[in-house]
Amino acid sequence: MVSPGGTDARALLEVGDRLLAYAEADGATGAEVVAIGHDAALTRFANSEVHQNVAESSVSVNLRFVLGGRQGVASTDRLDDAALRRLARSAAAIARVSAEREDGVALPDPAPIPAVAGAMADATAEATPELRAEGARAVIAAADAAGVTAFGSFRTEVETLAVVNSRGVRASGSRSDAHLLTVMMGPGGGSGYAEQAAVDVTAIDASAIGREAAERARLTRDPIEVPAGDYPVVLESYAVGDITDMLGYLGFSALAVEEGRSFAEPGRRIGSDLVSIWDDGADPAGLPLPFDYEGVPKERVSLVDHGICRDVVYDAQTAARAGRHSTGHGLPAPNTWGPFPINMFMAPGTASRDELVGGMERGLVVTRFHYTNPVHPKLAIVTGMTRDGTFLVEGGRVVAPVRNLRYTQSYLDALAGVEAVSTERRLVRGMLGGALVPAVRIASWTFTGTTRH
Amino acid sequence: MRDLLERAIETARARGASYADARHVHRTQEDLTVRSGRVEAASASESEGVGIRVIVDGAWGFASTSFLDAGDVDRAAALAVRIARASATALRRPVVLDDRTPVTGRYATPMREDPFAVPIDAKLADLLAADEAMRSVKGVAFTESVFQAQRERKTFLSTEGTFTEQTITHVGAGIEANAIEGDEHQRRSYPDAGGGFQAAGYEWIRGLDLVGHAGRIGEESVELLSAPQLPAGRRTIVLDPSQLYLQLHESCGHPTELDRVFGTEASYAGTSFLTPDLLEGGFRYGSELVDIVADATAPGGLGTFGWDDEGVPAQAVPLVREGIFVGYLSSRETAPRVGRSSGGAMRADGWNRIPLIRMTNVNLLPRPGMSLDGIVADTDDGLYLASNRSWSIDDRRLNFQFATEVAYEIRGGKLGRMYRNPTYTGITPEFWGSCDAVGDASSWVMLGTPNCGKGEPGQTGHVGHGVSGARFRDVQVGVGKW
Repeated sequence: MVSPGGTDARALLEVGDRLLAYAEADGATGAEVVAIGHDAALTRFANSEVHQNVAESSVSVNLRFVLGGRQGVASTDRLDDAALRRLARSAAAIARVSAEREDGVALPDPAPIPAVAGAMADATAEATPELRAEGARAVIAAADAAGVTAFGSFRTEVETLAVVNSRGVRASGSRSDAHLLTVMMGPGGGSGYAEQAAVDVTAIDASAIGREAAERARLTRDPIEVPAGDYPVVLESYAVGDITDMLGYLGFSALAVEEGRSFAEPGRRIGSDLVSIWDDGADPAGLPLPFDYEGVPKERVSLVDHGICRDVVYDAQTAARAGRHSTGHGLPAPNTWGPFPINMFMAPGTASRDELVGGMERGLVVTRFHYTNPVHPKLAIVTGMTRDGTFLVEGGRVVAPVRNLRYTQSYLDALAGVEAVSTERRLVRGMLGGALVPAVRIASWTFTGTTRH
Repeated sequence: MRDLLERAIETARARGASYADARHVHRTQEDLTVRSGRVEAASASESEGVGIRVIVDGAWGFASTSFLDAGDVDRAAALAVRIARASATALRRPVVLDDRTPVTGRYATPMREDPFAVPIDAKLADLLAADEAMRSVKGVAFTESVFQAQRERKTFLSTEGTFTEQTITHVGAGIEANAIEGDEHQRRSYPDAGGGFQAAGYEWIRGLDLVGHAGRIGEESVELLSAPQLPAGRRTIVLDPSQLYLQLHESCGHPTELDRVFGTEASYAGTSFLTPDLLEGGFRYGSELVDIVADATAPGGLGTFGWDDEGVPAQAVPLVREGIFVGYLSSRETAPRVGRSSGGAMRADGWNRIPLIRMTNVNLLPRPGMSLDGIVADTDDGLYLASNRSWSIDDRRLNFQFATEVAYEIRGGKLGRMYRNPTYTGITPEFWGSCDAVGDASSWVMLGTPNCGKGEPGQTGHVGHGVSGARFRDVQVGVGKW
C-alpha cells in the first residue's frame, strides 16, 4: 500500500510490477513504468513576513506501453487498482492508434546501479513547517539588523523514484533536496541575493544566507548608471550557474546534436583552457541521483575538457539511433526535450575572489542574472538582465554599485574569454537539477541596455 | 464531491480556521507531438486531488492531497491549519479578505466538437500530414507538430457558502519548421511556437488548417537562412498579433498583478514599476490609443471562466484607459489594500497549488479607423515583426527585449524583403507611449499562452491575450553583436 507521501520505494516498485502485468495482459510487447512520489513543502516570505506556506504529498505513475514500433503513454496520480487498470487500457489504446516509428522504441536493458552516497537525508524528509518558519525568521532577522526587507523561500523536498520495465530494469531510490533563497531590498534601491542548496536541510545556514544578501543590499544603495558596452566581468557562481544550465539546455544533448542545432562537436574548442564542465549524478558534492528516469545508471560525462568539447549526454532512444549506449540522462516519457544533464560541475581554478576582482582595471561584478532566454540557440546568444548586486570595479577594487544592465552575449564567447576561475565553488539550483560552479573572470561581456534601477 | 469538501472545511474550522476553502480538481490532458515524422509523444494524463486553504490567526496555510478518503482529507485540512499557525509566527500584516456575497453556480467552456472525443489516430493524422508537408520543403532540417487538449473539472466550496462547479476545456496546436546551415539556425512557426491555444473544442484546431500553412512555414524557414541580418538602428515597427500578444503579456499583464506589486514575487521574477501611488496619480502608461482590459468573460480566451479560484465571478477590469494606468489584476486579499474589491484573478495550477493572481485575458482593445493592413499601408519606412522567438524583461517590468522569427521591411506602405534574427528593445512606458496606431477589429484575434510561469513552487498558467496588431515609433532594433 502506498501511503500518503508515497515515499515507500518498495510500494512504488510494487505498483510498477502490477502495471507491467496489466500492460502485458493488454498485449504490450514492451512496457516501462515510472512512479514518482513527492513530499514537498515550501515556506515563502515577503516584506519580512511569511505569506505562503504549502505542503504537498503526491504520487504520479507513468506507463509507456510499447507495441512493436509504436508506443502510447498514460499517467495518473490515482493508485487504486481500477485507476491502474484504466491507465493500462488508456496507454494501450493510444499505442494501437499511434504511428510506427522508423527508429523503433528503445527500452534500456538492466544494468547494476552503483550505490551513491549522500543522495538522501532523513532530516530533510522530517523537516517541519516550524523548521522552515525558523529559517525564514533567521533570514528576516538578518534583514532587520541591516535595515533592509527580506523576500524569499525555503523549500524541502523528497523525491522517491521507481522505474521498472519489461526488459528487467528495476531501479528505485529516494533523494532529498533543501533550498533557501532570499532577495533583500533596502533604502536607495539597494538589492541583494543569496541562496543555498543542500541534500541535508541541516546544512542550510539561514543566518549566513541572510547576512550575505543583506550585505549586498547594503552595498548596492544608490547605484550609479554606467553606459551599455563591452566590459570585463567577474561573474559570481549564481551567474555562472545560468551559463552551465543554458548550455546544457541548448547543446549538451544528443538530440540537439542529432538535429544539428547544437554547438557541441567533439574536438571543437568552445572555452579557454580553464574551462572544464562535466555531468556526474554520483558526486555527493552536487544533488546526487544514481539513475535516470529510464532506470539507467548515471555515468560521469565529460562535456568540456580544458575548453574542448568532448561528449554529450544520451538517453535510450538517442543512444539507439546513434549506436551508443545511454549515459543515464533520460527524462520521463514522453520526452520531446531529449536527454538532459542535471548534475553539472565546473572545475575550480586557483584564484581567490579578491584576485578575480583585482585582475580588472575597469569592469563589472555581476551577482546573478535574471530572466535569461536564448536569442540564437546555435550560437548560444542569450539575453538577460543583471540583478541584486552589480558593481563597478576600477583599479582592481569595487568602487560603486551600478544600476542593472541588459546583456546580449554569446555564452560560447564567454567561455572562450574565461581568464580566471575561483578556487571556491557553490552549489546552485538550475532548471532541473543543481550545478556546482565557481566564480569566473571573463575578458569581455556585451551589455546592450540599461534600466532605471 | 460536495460532502468531501464540506468535511475538509469543517475540519479546518473545528481546528481553528477563521476561513477555509476547499477545491477539488480533476484534470485530464492529452498531448501529441510529431517530430520529424516520428510520433514522439502520444500521451494521456489524469490528475485528481483536493487543495485546502485556510486562514488561522490571520495567516494563510495550504495543504493538498491526491488521496480522497475522508481520513486523508482530514489530515490535509489539519496540516493546512498547522502550517497556518507556523506562518503566524512570522506575520506582520494579518490577512483581510474583501466582503463578498456567497455565490452558487455552474460554468462550462462553450464548444462544438469535444477534442477528447476526436479519435487520437485522426488527430495524429492531421499532425503527420502537416509535418510531412513541412519536411517536403528542401532544406528543412527538423520539424515539430503538436496538439494538446486539457480539461479541468473544478468544484469549489468556502466557509462563506460559495459553491461553484466548472468544466474548462482548452485546446491548442501548432507547427514549426527549422532550417540549419553551418552556425545559422532559423525557425518559422504557425500559429505560434509551441502552438496556438483557445478555450474551445476541436473546431478551433480544424480552423487553424495546419496542413494548409505547412508548406509556407517550411519555405520561410529555409528562406531566412539567406536573408540579411537585421541591422541595428532606431526604426518604426509594426507588431503582428503573434508578437504583440507577448509584448502585452510581459509589459502590461505581469506588472499589473497586484501580488507582484506588493512584493510576493520579489524573490522569483521580481516586482513591478506600477506601484499604487501611480494608480492614484493618473500615470501615463502609453499613448491615448492604448486601452487594455483584463476580461475573464472574453469568448475563447484561456483566461475565460465562470468564477476564479476564490469564487469571485468573472469580470472585465480596465487596466489602462486611453493610455492612463487605471487598474490591477487583483484578489480578495490584495484589492482592499488599494481600496477596491477583487477583480477575480486568482487561479491555481491544479489541486496541489495555492491560487495566485494570474492574468485572465489581458487584451489590447481594437481601435476603429485603421486595419492592420491599413497600418502597413500607412507606414512609409519601417519593419513588420512576427512570431515570437525569445523574450526577457527586467525584475520591475521596465527594460524588455524580444526576438521574433522574422522581420519584413516596409517601404512605401508595402511589405518587402525578409530580415533574419530580428530583435527589439525598450522601456515599457516609453514603448507604449510611442504607439501611434492600433489595428481595428478586422485583425483582432484571441491568442494566449498555456505556459505562463509564476510562483514557488512553480505554477504554469493558461492566460489569454486579444490583440489586433499595432505600430510603434523610434524603437531600437538589431540588438547585440552578430
